[in-house]
Amino acid sequence: MELIKLIGVLIVVVGFALKLDSILIIFLALVSTAIVGGLGVGGFLESVGTNFVANRSMAIFVMVLLITGTLERNGLKEAAADLMRKVKGATAGRLICAFGVLRAVFGAFNTGFGGVAGFIRPVFMPMAEGAVTSHGYEANEDHMEDVKGMVAAMENITWFFFQVLFVGGSGGILVQGTLATLGYEVELIELAAAEIPIALIALVVACVFFLIKDKKLMKKYYGAKGTKK
Amino acid sequence: MDALKFIQINPEINTNILLPFVWVIVGLIAFYAGIKNLRDEENPSRIGTAVFWCSFGIVTALGTWLPAKVSGALVIIMCLPPIFKKVKRGRVDDPTKEYTKQTYGKIGMKIFIPAFTVAIFSLFFALTSNISSMFCITMGVAVAVIVLMCYNKDNKPKVFLDDSERFLSLMGPLSMLPQLLACLGGVFTQAGVGDVVAEIVGKVVPKGNVNVGIIVFAIGMALFTMIMGNAFAAITVMTVGIGGPFVLAYGANPVIIGMLALTSGYCGTLCTPMAANFNIVPVAILNMKDRWGVIKNQVVVAVIMLTVQICYMIAFK
Repeated sequence: MELIKLIGVLIVVVGFALKLDSILIIFLALVSTAIVGGLGVGGFLESVGTNFVANRSMAIFVMVLLITGTLERNGLKEAAADLMRKVKGATAGRLICAFGVLRAVFGAFNTGFGGVAGFIRPVFMPMAEGAVTSHGYEANEDHMEDVKGMVAAMENITWFFFQVLFVGGSGGILVQGTLATLGYEVELIELAAAEIPIALIALVVACVFFLIKDKKLMKKYYGAKGTKK
Repeated sequence: MDALKFIQINPEINTNILLPFVWVIVGLIAFYAGIKNLRDEENPSRIGTAVFWCSFGIVTALGTWLPAKVSGALVIIMCLPPIFKKVKRGRVDDPTKEYTKQTYGKIGMKIFIPAFTVAIFSLFFALTSNISSMFCITMGVAVAVIVLMCYNKDNKPKVFLDDSERFLSLMGPLSMLPQLLACLGGVFTQAGVGDVVAEIVGKVVPKGNVNVGIIVFAIGMALFTMIMGNAFAAITVMTVGIGGPFVLAYGANPVIIGMLALTSGYCGTLCTPMAANFNIVPVAILNMKDRWGVIKNQVVVAVIMLTVQICYMIAFK
């Protein structure tokens, strides 16, 4: 067995573990795999060029960026926040779910409204604190720490499981390309459709989990009447 | 699904006209970002930043026609500035809060229309035509641009270009990671890495039992992703090494197995500090005390979803 061929994988694993620059790791893995595989300089350049050009679909996000920034400039974030304010009897937990649903829909449509830096910190956290104070409590610092963790988790979970529903997203393209090397021809829309039930289950699981957790936290930090007005 | 596809074009139009057109535009956007940074006196590393975006722009725009060796050389040149930390952000023209509030007052909820246009176009044409989804996305972007221009007279072509540069610079060289990892996966496959993995797994896992294969594939994806910090880095090697020989070879549905393997990998992403931009950077942005604060809230959901996906793959293979 030619274990030496795994040198590239080893470099990736060790490189990421040592927190080296990601692009440096890939570069080293490429070079060493080429050396082990006996590709030579010309063969190495040819292999990198062919594979990079073949995977240009991954760069389609650049096209979409043409509108991402300008959407933000024209009030997309404000519109999303306004929509979330419509949640009745808001608690931090319910707001996290409202955020998750909105984020999921946007994710499936391959857009976002600001992420952690652009939305959660400047817009969501003040709203969550407001929801606690509207019930007559002073926002507890430890509770807010948990809310931060929960909403950042919601952002990741919904984005991961719903971006794959977008036809032409990089995940589907990569799977399609990998399956093609094995001789299986599949369509992007079939791949997206296969994920619909999984994405919905993920959203429900995350919402239920965070609602229960926040209810417990409300009890812990503000007493038994936690979620009542 | 094919019966619905009433819009049929010659597939050669996709490969020879539409796709090259898309990549030329993407290349020009990146090239614009490079030139803008080259002329930006506030950028502490003008040349490195410009080399990075311009070489990416050239290889993307012209990759269709360049000899593979030249493209490869351009990719290597592109990798050098980030390796030496020479890609920086220049002047930042974020819109002010007053401005976005004012435009929201004017446009209101209608802003959702251009936000969803791209995906609607890509979904609609994927269902009804054989046009490349890359081109459908491009059409969607073009329509969204026109709608935004109608909403607000301030939205001139230069605003769109500058805003795309703003986001490219914000994302930085890491935005190239998926494409570079996919490229690495391709090189791995050509060098026969997947075959070696298959051989090793074959010594532990008996061939012929599809359900065992699915469980090993899904858990392997999650674990490998946790180690690498990126499901994209894991999927190619794992699919060639385990998914193909231990699951798909026995007639399992490649659509469900191939795709759910990726989201099984995402369950690993949710559990690892190696995926720093998802799990560690938010801790910093939100001033959290606990470095594991985000991951702790994800582990339960990740374990449930991995189990759900394994059951789903076994049930619907």
